[in-house]
Amino acid sequence: MKSRKPELLATAPSFLWLALFVFVPVAIIFAIAFRPALPAGGIGEGWSLEAIRSLKDPIYPSLLLRTVTISFVTTALCLALALPVAWHLAKLPPKWRSRILILIIIPFWTNFVIRVFSWQQILHAEGAIANGLRSIGLLGDSDRLLGNSAAVIIVSVYTYLPFAILPIFAAAEKFDFALLDAARDLGAKPFRAFRSVFLPGIRQGLVTAILIVFIPMLGSYVIPDMVGGTDSQMLGNKIAQRNFNDRNLPQAAALSCALTLLVLAPMLLRRKEKAG
Amino acid sequence: MKPSRIPLVTTCIVLAFFYLPIAALVAKSFNSSRFSPEWKGFTLKWYSRLFERDDILAALVNSLKVAVIAASASMLLGTCAAFALHRYKSRLQDAHRVMVNVPLVLPDILMGMSLLLLFIAAGVSLSLATVTIAHVTFCLSYVTLVVLARLQDFDPNIVEAARDLGATRFQAFRKITLPILFPGVLAGGLLAFTLSIDDYVVTFFVKGPGSDTLPTLVYSMIKKSKELPVINALSTLMLLFTFLLVFASQRLTRPVNR
Repeated sequence: MKSRKPELLATAPSFLWLALFVFVPVAIIFAIAFRPALPAGGIGEGWSLEAIRSLKDPIYPSLLLRTVTISFVTTALCLALALPVAWHLAKLPPKWRSRILILIIIPFWTNFVIRVFSWQQILHAEGAIANGLRSIGLLGDSDRLLGNSAAVIIVSVYTYLPFAILPIFAAAEKFDFALLDAARDLGAKPFRAFRSVFLPGIRQGLVTAILIVFIPMLGSYVIPDMVGGTDSQMLGNKIAQRNFNDRNLPQAAALSCALTLLVLAPMLLRRKEKAG
Repeated sequence: MKPSRIPLVTTCIVLAFFYLPIAALVAKSFNSSRFSPEWKGFTLKWYSRLFERDDILAALVNSLKVAVIAASASMLLGTCAAFALHRYKSRLQDAHRVMVNVPLVLPDILMGMSLLLLFIAAGVSLSLATVTIAHVTFCLSYVTLVVLARLQDFDPNIVEAARDLGATRFQAFRKITLPILFPGVLAGGLLAFTLSIDDYVVTFFVKGPGSDTLPTLVYSMIKKSKELPVINALSTLMLLFTFLLVFASQRLTRPVNR
């Protein structure tokens, strides 16, 4: 048998780094969730179910529901916009295709905090949009565009749309559009052809896009913090609040465990589907 | 049959949606009005105010330090990882692949939270060093993927050819493999650099007192509604820098032989 030494040497650096800084920390989250909290903000000795029990607090079910709903609506909107764009890109001549692709990628490279900030200013109570809506009577004097779930969803779509477009485009690029003509020749209406031929054809791209938007959305923290209000806070905000304001690390850890399990669910579903 | 106009129209709307907020930000950075969104004349005063602020400069230096170290370290680790994943097929590599993929799907807040707890449990005090470690961790996977993509395009026969023509193993590596791989490694490094400069959430969790990076400083300025026009000016400069970086990386990641 050939020596495995070169393989081990090449694998060890990244393997050990990831083990130490990704897997051990995630295990620690689960351990600290079972520790008592000290009033001064530290982690106590011994074991306790206090932090896990705190998850029974009646504020959490609605928080969880809101987190999932906002993530779901954002993902759906991203798909609804990304599908036509990817379709259009796939049918463009290559020269134009790469130009438009760059235009789509650039926002993905720009600073995240700055992007959210730009929306904060646009939706600001004295901003052009708010004033415009007020002058045509669509917005009451006391209504605000910021500080609600709609603002969180708009800015989230803005942030994650490039991530949805790229995988769908990658799948659409490989799709044979002649199949659609064939479907129509066989009598399918355009929408029927789109639904029964195109969508299944780009299935892998759709699944990737859904995961790539939905999973980070579940952990959203910055967007609800900057453009949301008190009734549009998500799980991530609660984790940060327990951590930095209440200094209750075990409770923050227990919430993080809940988030980890929430994130794992769609991934396990996918694995099952792949196996099946 | 007439093709539907929906794709074209949506693409135009999406591009407008992407660029209008950025354009508004850039325009505002030149607006001499401090509070109102109305145009009150062109000014560069926010830019000169920006350059007077030492805290922004210090945060920028911190960001650059972290990004350069994190990009270099993740280039090394990621290239190694990509090489192992590409070259070997074994149980170990299957596990390795899973480990590389996990940080890609782990939400930032979980990565930040878990690293914070690790540092607390290990008794490490938070500083720029802990920020750098965290950045290497999330950059590593992205670099691996970029280099791996480059390796998959790579035709191993040309190394064989070089060896047949009398090159030593080392010569073949230095003269063939390295030059072909280099743009991929550099593109991975650039991506790591941008991810590091861009990161707010993970940094916020693992930064120590006084180790603000540019995003964390900007964030706290925004939260306190302090000097918003100065942030507009800073954002414009950062956008300009990003455009240059995207342009550079586009040149690097062009397909090899085409």
